[in-house]
Amino acid sequence: MDASDFSVSDIEDILGHHPYGSDVSLIAVMEELQARYRYLPQDALILLSERLGVPLSQVYSVATFYNVFSLVPRGEHLISVCLGTACHVKGGDKILDKIRRELNLESGDTTEDYRFTVEEVRCLGCCSLSPVVRIDNDTYAHLTQERVPKVLKKYQPATGE
Amino acid sequence: MRILTLRDLEMAGARGTAALYPSQTKIMVGMATCGLASGAQEVYDALLNEVSRQGVDAVIRQVGCIGWCCKEPLVDVLSPGKPRITYGEITAKRVPKIVEALAQGEIVKEWAIGRLDGDENLIEGTKRSYLADDAQVQVMNQVPLYKEIDLFKDQVRIVMRNCGIIDPRSIDEYIARGGYLALYKALNEMSPEEVIEEITRSGLRGRGGAGFPTGLKWKFTRQSKGDTKYIICNADEGDPGAYMDRSVLEGDPHTVIEGMIIGAYAIGASEGYIYVRAEYPLAIEMLTIAIQQAEEYGLLGQNILGSGMDFQIKLSMGAGAFVCGEETALMASIEGRAGEPRPRPPFPAQSGLWGQPTNINNVETWANVPVIVARGGDWYARIGTETSKGTKVFSLVGKITNNSLIEVPMGITLRQIIYGAGGGIADGREFKAVQTGGPSGGCIPAELIDLPVDYEQLTQAGSIMGSGGMIVLDDRTCMVDLAKYFFTFLKGESCGKCIPCRLGINRMQKILTDITEGRGKEGDIELLEQLAVTVKGASLCGLGQTAPNPVLTTIRYFRDEFEAHIKEKRCPAGVCRELIEYSIDAEKCTGCGRCVRVCPQEAIVGEKKKPHVLDPALCIKCGACYEVCKFGAVVLS
Repeated sequence: MDASDFSVSDIEDILGHHPYGSDVSLIAVMEELQARYRYLPQDALILLSERLGVPLSQVYSVATFYNVFSLVPRGEHLISVCLGTACHVKGGDKILDKIRRELNLESGDTTEDYRFTVEEVRCLGCCSLSPVVRIDNDTYAHLTQERVPKVLKKYQPATGE
Repeated sequence: MRILTLRDLEMAGARGTAALYPSQTKIMVGMATCGLASGAQEVYDALLNEVSRQGVDAVIRQVGCIGWCCKEPLVDVLSPGKPRITYGEITAKRVPKIVEALAQGEIVKEWAIGRLDGDENLIEGTKRSYLADDAQVQVMNQVPLYKEIDLFKDQVRIVMRNCGIIDPRSIDEYIARGGYLALYKALNEMSPEEVIEEITRSGLRGRGGAGFPTGLKWKFTRQSKGDTKYIICNADEGDPGAYMDRSVLEGDPHTVIEGMIIGAYAIGASEGYIYVRAEYPLAIEMLTIAIQQAEEYGLLGQNILGSGMDFQIKLSMGAGAFVCGEETALMASIEGRAGEPRPRPPFPAQSGLWGQPTNINNVETWANVPVIVARGGDWYARIGTETSKGTKVFSLVGKITNNSLIEVPMGITLRQIIYGAGGGIADGREFKAVQTGGPSGGCIPAELIDLPVDYEQLTQAGSIMGSGGMIVLDDRTCMVDLAKYFFTFLKGESCGKCIPCRLGINRMQKILTDITEGRGKEGDIELLEQLAVTVKGASLCGLGQTAPNPVLTTIRYFRDEFEAHIKEKRCPAGVCRELIEYSIDAEKCTGCGRCVRVCPQEAIVGEKKKPHVLDPALCIKCGACYEVCKFGAVVLS
């Protein structure tokens, strides 16, 4: 997905249905925007700043402060590798390395085909299942390096498609 | 649908009781995040299918998490007149057998792990028995009662009283267990001052970290002058290793909402916010439903319970910033700005959200409130120690046998927690330390195993209570690596506003990285200690002020490990990659080839059924071979 997919009506739509009316929170709107585009397109942020009457500098400050926001396009599937304490002591960093190797990610966090983005997160709150990886809305418990390829395969296009 | 009188509340409760204890069999599936990650949804679907296929008269409901995390997915069966039976580690494949047994009025003994003959109804103080006189089924009685099971023996459930018992999406079930009775009592029989007095007498202290007396905090905010007052529920559970707040929100959201309404009444607040972290989508969903139900019943909104009180709650979502657990940063975030803390005073009680008096408590603190108001402060104060009253929920994770969420009285010893409830160290390894309090806490070593757990004792040991994460560590955990882990975490999460935190943590992280990578030098330990003093003393907010704790406790209790890394370039626990090497023990290797298949580097070669060889020059020390070898032939040195 790239910035050309951004449409003004999307912003109108998000602002229009926001439950708290005029008391609308900048962060909440940005979260919806991010959910829709998987990142925050520059033009969308400029429009948002105008519509909410919030200085663009503040919009940018929020966009760069919080971990969930991205200013660059992300992959179709978001792989969140938990590096909370419980996952750390059970080898979460090794799972992260394995996933990056499997996806041939040498630098950067998004694969060339924009299928996957890998991010490190600090505790998904599923510590009893460590090490844990969340892909989109699916949580994988007690993951091992050996199981990683099989898990990733579920999100690859089926061969012969 | 509005509830105005006690009679209305009782009628909602009656509907809830009918749902909690239906006339036919009820099957409950624990469907909090941990359960779902373990496959609870598949189990739920399979149950629906199987019950209809076998024509069994049963309803299937979802419940929250009872805390038996290591046995997920959990399925409970409650037939009228019989004990409630808990099945552990249930997969979709096991479902048909369970339903078959149910159809025969029997149980599948080998999967049954616990039994309840009734449940406590904490707020009304009554115990409801499940058993009809003629239903003492012999086989069922062979399943151990919850109170006979190590994990549950020492537990006292106040905060988690409804978790795993009620359907979190049903306000009626919450009311059936005494819910909103405390609110009714507060609004009709108590003045705001009396509510604060009750909370003060209970001795309740903030469960989010610092342990500030809750009653006092409420009093300050009540006494402050302001047009509008706010209360906030801090549900930005950021400490890695802690997930009790998530479980409460997913399993019993109404207890938090009721606590907040009572707090709003006591403080005189008209608006409340729940600040939830974005990583908890299910908690957000449950809260959204619960708030909507409370609004429909007139428990939120205008003229609550006909008392003339107005109060509403809004949800505000975090966006992945650990520092937002700090109260001034959290308020900045609700206001739509970057979550940077500001100096205190003024404290939020004087000038908080949008400059108005604001009271912030965390999820677990709010969840205690309804029970304290219902049972009285004196009742609550009888639980716990002299200075730390009541219970605390702990997440017991890491290298422990029973990964679980437990609620125990304050003052219980680490030994009781780790070897009692926790069932000891996993895989028969040796207990080394327990990490409490997240990145603001520290590591308590094995020799302090008999330490009673309360605010003061943990602080004296160099750690803090924090939000209740307990990460158990064994002899294969490197303490220097763990200290580095926390500094890497804090380096990423420091907001950068004040210099001691921004640069100090960065510098300490670099020193720790050097030590773990074999570049440590004489004087590094002393330098870390010196930097710790500065960062602790000069940082603006709690993040920086407590950041050095993880390294200070590890130096205090595990100095020899630091020295082994620095002087001998050796990692005794075998964790730090630059200081370890893998090899293959030719005598133990059977040549099965499993390691060859997982090695990303093709660093292992050998003929089938003959001992293999590992080339250290190619090895990237990912440890994949070590993990898969079933013969212990991959050696770590």
